[in-house]
Amino acid sequence: MIKLVSLVITATALGLIAHSAVAQKTTVTVATFPDLDRAAKAAVPRWNALHPNVEIKIVSLQYSDHHTAMTTALATGSGLPDVMAVDLRFMGKFAEAGGFEDLLKPPFNAALLREKFVSYTIPQATNTKGELVAMPTDIGPGTLLYRKDIIEKASVTEAELTKSWESYIDAGKKIKEKTGAYLLADAADIRDIVIRSGVKDGEGLYFDRSGRVLVDSPRFERAFELGHKARQAGIDAKVVAWTNEWSTGFKQNRIATQMMGAWLAGHLKNWLAPDTTGLWRAAGLPGGTYASYGGSFYAIPKKAQHKTEAWQFIQFMTVNKETQLESLRVLDSFPALAEAHSAPMMDEPLPFLGGQKARALWRDIAARVPAIPINKYDAMATDIIRDEFENVVAKGKPVKTALADARALIERRSRR
Amino acid sequence: MNTPARRRKWKQRDIAPYLFIAPFFVLFLVFGVFPLGFSVWLSLHQWEPAAGMSAMRWVGLDNYMFALTDPWFHRSLWNTLWFAVVSGLPQHLVALPLAYFIQSRLKRSRNLVVGAYFIPYITSSVAIALIFATLYSKDYGVINALLQALHLPGDIDWLGDASYTKPAVAFVVFWRYLGWNIVLYLSALQIVDNDLYEAATLDDVSFWQQFWHITLPLLRPMIFFAVTLTLIGNLQLFEEPFILVDAEKGVAPSVMTSAIFMYRLAFSDGDFGTASAVSWILFLIIAALTWVNSRLFKRAEDHDVSR
Repeated sequence: MIKLVSLVITATALGLIAHSAVAQKTTVTVATFPDLDRAAKAAVPRWNALHPNVEIKIVSLQYSDHHTAMTTALATGSGLPDVMAVDLRFMGKFAEAGGFEDLLKPPFNAALLREKFVSYTIPQATNTKGELVAMPTDIGPGTLLYRKDIIEKASVTEAELTKSWESYIDAGKKIKEKTGAYLLADAADIRDIVIRSGVKDGEGLYFDRSGRVLVDSPRFERAFELGHKARQAGIDAKVVAWTNEWSTGFKQNRIATQMMGAWLAGHLKNWLAPDTTGLWRAAGLPGGTYASYGGSFYAIPKKAQHKTEAWQFIQFMTVNKETQLESLRVLDSFPALAEAHSAPMMDEPLPFLGGQKARALWRDIAARVPAIPINKYDAMATDIIRDEFENVVAKGKPVKTALADARALIERRSRR
Repeated sequence: MNTPARRRKWKQRDIAPYLFIAPFFVLFLVFGVFPLGFSVWLSLHQWEPAAGMSAMRWVGLDNYMFALTDPWFHRSLWNTLWFAVVSGLPQHLVALPLAYFIQSRLKRSRNLVVGAYFIPYITSSVAIALIFATLYSKDYGVINALLQALHLPGDIDWLGDASYTKPAVAFVVFWRYLGWNIVLYLSALQIVDNDLYEAATLDDVSFWQQFWHITLPLLRPMIFFAVTLTLIGNLQLFEEPFILVDAEKGVAPSVMTSAIFMYRLAFSDGDFGTASAVSWILFLIIAALTWVNSRLFKRAEDHDVSR
């Protein structure tokens, strides 16, 4: 397979070189956002060696600015890049809108390429019409990062943290009592994973395939109840991810565990809490849950100028094992390309995690994450669920009433 | 031969003035009139923005009905009115006497003091939000530390507990626009005839009685102007609550103003049509309240005159 890919790349490269005698230099615009832009920047030198006549221009905006700018560009049909990076959160909205090329169709013919990726990523990039609108580049296998020193001080074991949600919460009580540290940043973190466990085949997170709202199903009830229990036990710091309080919590050793995509280890190491090197360990999520956090994709807008070159670049970023491993090296982004998972680099010990060979663990998790179809109303439903959860944990609203209200509002907003 | 050339010259001279004023009108058309008209057009459509312009579907007044019956819109309206009153009223109740005091009692330090009060107004709202987020922090904040030092309950989650988020944000808004109102009132005070105060002082009228019977009535036009500005500004409140309380927080809806709701409809739900409808509903509410405000002031004035 590797041979075949490199053969294809060499062939295209040769073809381009032959072509270049007459053709002018083409510039492919890649619109992306940090940290993902570092992956593309790192890949450019190798790309230039292979494609001397196709220049890559990387336009990088802050995460939310990028997605707002891309929404506007798709709306007006002007200012569209050749390659658009899209975060999973926006995939639902963008995928349904029909502004991207269907990569299953010629000249892209990505049908066979689909098998190369970690299986749950493909439904995330496929819309309800069955079109494949983007190629996955990195994934976030859900992991429980925990502070070994803190749990040892509280004589809690890793097994206690991961056995079940109940034992995770009980362990949190012990940790709070013996060390004063919070078990987790936000009780809502529990909610967000439990709603992802036990999703039936063909069901989405909030909607099923026919658009029926699922938020009053048992998994939501359990998620709300467990989250409520954690909040009542006083074991969450009540801080939201990516805020100053959150990072201070890590720096001051006040948060014992964090459930997140595997890439969080990189963020902790680089800027969130660099002084805690060697103190963290990774484990699976509590209760045998498999979930993923985020993920990045590359798509080609229908109105892109240089689709052929754009497609070549996307393939270079996503199905080229070397590029995928390079991204893992430069920004700790976990490869979406399954082939990359067998590289020796995946079995290296990670100093930040005290020499643990955590990538192997994450690889196993990635292989077991269920495929959950996306819906264009996912972001809206998330907002409403978050609000009703707050009503439950802060105002003691009964879970069933809260979920019924959430359902009514989601139905109202999505029926339009 | 001579005439056509001459005529052309005249024509050019005719066009010139229009060319000179064109930059303003072109910019105004592009960035003023067009967005305004387009948002009216948009508010009558259902539109999936990522699908391009062709995806617009005419729905008439449906978006308006949808917005007016949405429970989150009701809550956002309530929050907006709450902020308008709780952060708006104190601005004037404090700024008026303060401006009077600065004008009549401070001499050399006057400009320095006014400048100090005005600084928050010209400071970037992001910087303000960062500073206040730090001050308000539950575990590391100065405010809680101060409360603890005074032996008061000092573990209040100012920006994370729905019963405190509104006052916390309202205070920041108050603090930010107080200086602006002081400057407005000071400028009005400067044209009040000093003889009035001198006469009153000769008649043994006390300092605050002078404020009550001379300054306040003479300041009425400026009060009307300043209150109108506060009303408009507070009904469009967006920055402070948006930056202070992260949208990902469960308590975010407790400070969700109508402007934030509008933003979320557009950029989170992708429903630009309803967002435009909300903006026009908001416009009508602001227009109505401004009208009521002017009626109230006018009636008070008529009342005064008849007395």
